[in-house]
Amino acid sequence: MPFRYEIRLSGSGGQGLILAGKILAEAAAIYDGKNATQSQSYGPEARGGSSRSEVIISDVDIDYPKAVNIDLLLALTQEACDKYWKDVKEGGVIIVDSRFVSKLPEGKFKVYSIPITEIAEQKTGKSLVANIVALGIITEITKVVSREAMESAILSRVPRGTEELNLKAFRAGVAFAQELV
Amino acid sequence: MKQVRLMTGNEACAEAAIVAGMRFFAGYPITPSSEIAEVLSKRLPEVNGVFIQMEDEIASMGAIIGASLAGVKSMTATSGPGFSLMQENIGYAAMAEVPVVVVDVQRGGPSTGLPTMPSQSDVMQARWGTHGDHPVIAVAPSTVQDTYEWTIKAFNFSEKYRVPVIILMDEIVGHLSEKIIIPDVNEIEIIDRVLTTDPPEEYLPYKFTENDIPPIAHYGTGYRFNVTGLSHDESGFPTNDPEKIDALYRRINRKIERYKKEIIYYKTELLEDADVCLVAYGSTTRSARRAVYEARAAGIKAGLFQIYVLWPFPYEELREISQTIKRFIIPEMNLGQIAHEVEYATRTDVIKVNRVDGNPVTPQEILKKIKHVSL
Repeated sequence: MPFRYEIRLSGSGGQGLILAGKILAEAAAIYDGKNATQSQSYGPEARGGSSRSEVIISDVDIDYPKAVNIDLLLALTQEACDKYWKDVKEGGVIIVDSRFVSKLPEGKFKVYSIPITEIAEQKTGKSLVANIVALGIITEITKVVSREAMESAILSRVPRGTEELNLKAFRAGVAFAQELV
Repeated sequence: MKQVRLMTGNEACAEAAIVAGMRFFAGYPITPSSEIAEVLSKRLPEVNGVFIQMEDEIASMGAIIGASLAGVKSMTATSGPGFSLMQENIGYAAMAEVPVVVVDVQRGGPSTGLPTMPSQSDVMQARWGTHGDHPVIAVAPSTVQDTYEWTIKAFNFSEKYRVPVIILMDEIVGHLSEKIIIPDVNEIEIIDRVLTTDPPEEYLPYKFTENDIPPIAHYGTGYRFNVTGLSHDESGFPTNDPEKIDALYRRINRKIERYKKEIIYYKTELLEDADVCLVAYGSTTRSARRAVYEARAAGIKAGLFQIYVLWPFPYEELREISQTIKRFIIPEMNLGQIAHEVEYATRTDVIKVNRVDGNPVTPQEILKKIKHVSL
């Protein structure tokens, strides 16, 4: 079977999940030389409402671009966690933001409850970059993309003038996860 | 030089349009097509092009027809509700033989429907949305790479045959980010409309020529001629002469009919020994392909017929395949619009797999049907 890794980033609109998905896909597809797709599902609201961004990473062409058997679920709200944990496969990983998700799912997967937003606030002074902190955590825990590829993708995708802030957030996520694994 | 990038279908469509020579975009942003307008509002001024946000989609179509008549390759982009509003002027472009490209990034409908969710329910509207017997070409990309290539081909078709060309994308292809290899611009075939060589005093804008495609003169270059939606004679002025009316309608439709072998495009995979044929287009092809490979792994001989050009439809090609294969499965994000065409082409009772809930047809759903018919 060819390698296929499915990631779902979930939460609410405005948390930067679509950008985070694009960064992951770009890191894998452009800088790590694999294949990757990023798709999204969101409501008609500009802010709020549920939002979900899915990334598939593979070593062959990707046909169906949606996640069905999830290797990694990131849940930034309790609602997203409740809705999606059932789609995580056996041996998969769930990462939640402990500030927003208190009720944790139980099953044959590994759950990491991490103060993602708090790390963003303490290390960068801005809760806004919680999505990038989450990317650092995902990179370190899953190793599905390289750290160098992620940093290059972040630099190419974040708004000009925020590169330092975002790199700081990413590295804070990596550092926190290194203590865990 | 070749470039490898991660892009969405909407971004690829906008970039490819510029490479095709498009320099005028008029539109009214609508999800899930808005990024096409967004990208072009930035990119067009960089290449001396014009981006204009119109008051609505009716005006957008009118503006691109006018710009095209003035000699500039033109495009608009929309989704279902806007596509409905554009129909009248799409008919005008077909009648007046003005090359234009219309992108419809399909979402669920009818009406405002499902703004952020995918659908393929405009495929019949692309063919018959405007009234009257009229020529049209519609293409349906399934990947970001396809979107880039078929946007350029859409302009080429439009310029070559003087017809409106519809690019039928859907939310999945439009918003999907994936790897794309952008070819060297020197390796891309770009076709421009044929201009008249007749002097202005002898110019007939709708002249009957051997190839059925009259050469164009651009407004502002010394040529004066009438453009109308009324049935007209070679001079472009309205006529009630039955002979001339008949000749006009037959010619504008024959323009596509006689060249359909050059226009129709499809790809087959694993059909040689297949017992079951999946017919798919747009993003649903991706699910179909996965289902075919999973069926093969389970020992079922399934194959795929992917349609890239939906209109004109590959009736004869499917008829040919139905000589040996009797079972056809058509997955669509609508209630079976293309299934009917396949049924007509193959004279078989086809099996439909449909979803209209804003979610893609999954490979699992298709595989289940393949297994069911293969029992």
